Amino acid sequence: MSATAVEDARMLSPADIPELQPPATRPASSRSAFCRAAGLSLAALARLLSGASVRWIASQPDTCQRVYFANHTSHLDALVVWSSLPQAIREVTRPVAAKDYWSRGFVRRWLAEEVFDAILIDRTDIKVHQSPVDMMLREAGSSHSLIVFPEGGRSVTGEVGEFKSGLYYLAKKRPDIELIPVHIDNLNRVLPRGEFLPVPLLSCISFGPPLWLERGEAKLDFLARARRAVLALKE
Amino acid sequence: MNDNRTIALVAGVLALLTAATVVGQFLKRHPDRGLDPAAVRTFNDRLRGWWILCTVLAAAFWLGTTATVVLFGLVSFWALREFITLTPTRKGDHRALFWVFFLFTPLHYVLVGMNRYDVFSVFLPVYATLFVLARVAFAGDYKRFLERTAKIQAGLVVCVYCLSFAPALLQLPIDATAAAGHSGNFRLLFFLILLVQFADCMQYVWSRMLGQHLVAPAVSSSRTWEGLLGSATSTALLAAALWWAAPPFQLWQATIAGLVVALMGFAGGMTMSAIKRDRGVKDYGTLVVGHGGVLDRIDSMCFAAPVFYHITLLVTGAKPG
Repeated sequence: MSATAVEDARMLSPADIPELQPPATRPASSRSAFCRAAGLSLAALARLLSGASVRWIASQPDTCQRVYFANHTSHLDALVVWSSLPQAIREVTRPVAAKDYWSRGFVRRWLAEEVFDAILIDRTDIKVHQSPVDMMLREAGSSHSLIVFPEGGRSVTGEVGEFKSGLYYLAKKRPDIELIPVHIDNLNRVLPRGEFLPVPLLSCISFGPPLWLERGEAKLDFLARARRAVLALKE
Repeated sequence: MNDNRTIALVAGVLALLTAATVVGQFLKRHPDRGLDPAAVRTFNDRLRGWWILCTVLAAAFWLGTTATVVLFGLVSFWALREFITLTPTRKGDHRALFWVFFLFTPLHYVLVGMNRYDVFSVFLPVYATLFVLARVAFAGDYKRFLERTAKIQAGLVVCVYCLSFAPALLQLPIDATAAAGHSGNFRLLFFLILLVQFADCMQYVWSRMLGQHLVAPAVSSSRTWEGLLGSATSTALLAAALWWAAPPFQLWQATIAGLVVALMGFAGGMTMSAIKRDRGVKDYGTLVVGHGGVLDRIDSMCFAAPVFYHITLLVTGAKPG
């Protein structure tokens, strides 16, 4: 999704503050035992393969409603961030992922829909009346947390790119949600863009302190601040 | 494994560890003895590491040769992970690395487990090298080609090939009458591990007490010539004192083995320091926060194991494989 497309969609969207609806999908607890077991073992496998160590820097795990926003370098990102969260938080956290990738093929679709309970965003066809941000918020309802990648795609160089404006509109429409910066280190070497076999190097996932949209803060300032918050976790 | 020498060795180790633990706990409870509390804490941490190491080794030894080979294989795998994580690779190395991790490393340990010295002694140094060179070339990225392939090769040789000579000791026919996997073999391996660890400690202690002349200040700010000499002497003495535990050796042979193990261990530590300095990290444990740093623990072992193995071959005149 390009920045302008999201902006346009937002300007045309009828309501600035969507009312809190219950989550459109069934709650995580009603997923079948098999899918939950698959989720648990996949989380363990992802942790093992990516050798991910998890740090919470000036921040604590909590089941309150949050948006985790991370740099994006690998297809493993959503899975590894999700599996770095404690079990209780994982239950209420839904990754936001690209529909064009995750709905291709039976296995991916099953993983995305049944195991991770992902929210799939159509990057190629953004409808005017159905902006991705509104969709995310509707799916999140009043209890779910989200994992988003505000760069909008995987970085090729490993550098953190500019953030798209979606994060700003999320923050603006739901000022009560905590925004947690997440830095993903070295995962692009575990599974780089264009590869399908992983190399089991060690990676590190860092969660930072929450931030919110300040009153009257301009969009670009906020996005730059959010990006700096991710980069600050690199140390 | 219930012969007298093994029992003596196990009892001795247990007694030493227990005594040290009692002393450590005593010092912790009585901080007014004028000792540096940080040093006491380091001592107790080290001791905990020793307990864990001895427990894991005892379990592996009890389970047998295969379990021990698998244990070393896992350690190699993890060390190689740390080594390659630390080394910058390019995307063109990705597929070569995949095979290095998931084919060459496990297969090498399978060959070690099968006691195929004729194959495993050349498998990584020759065939893995050729494969890595060719695979990286096929990937089409020629930037700093030799540098990149050399890094992968160095990681494989140090972390996998050299370390695997330690469990390979279990299959040497050290005694004409004994079958492979004889309890003497386990004692030999424990003898090596003990000497390597002891040499590490002694190097630290002597450098701290008498250290004046740094070997290479730019590489390591703690390794001194005094530490090297002190560690070599003390380790040779320990080896002489324990020569009865290592089956194929006579007293003088065990002493020389101890001396060589200390020198090689020191060389391993220096080498890893140089690599770490080049990458600007202090130890492999801080490279990725939360990981213990396996490579820090085994660097001396990697250098000492193959030499110790070949000394044993020389002494026994045994034919491996």
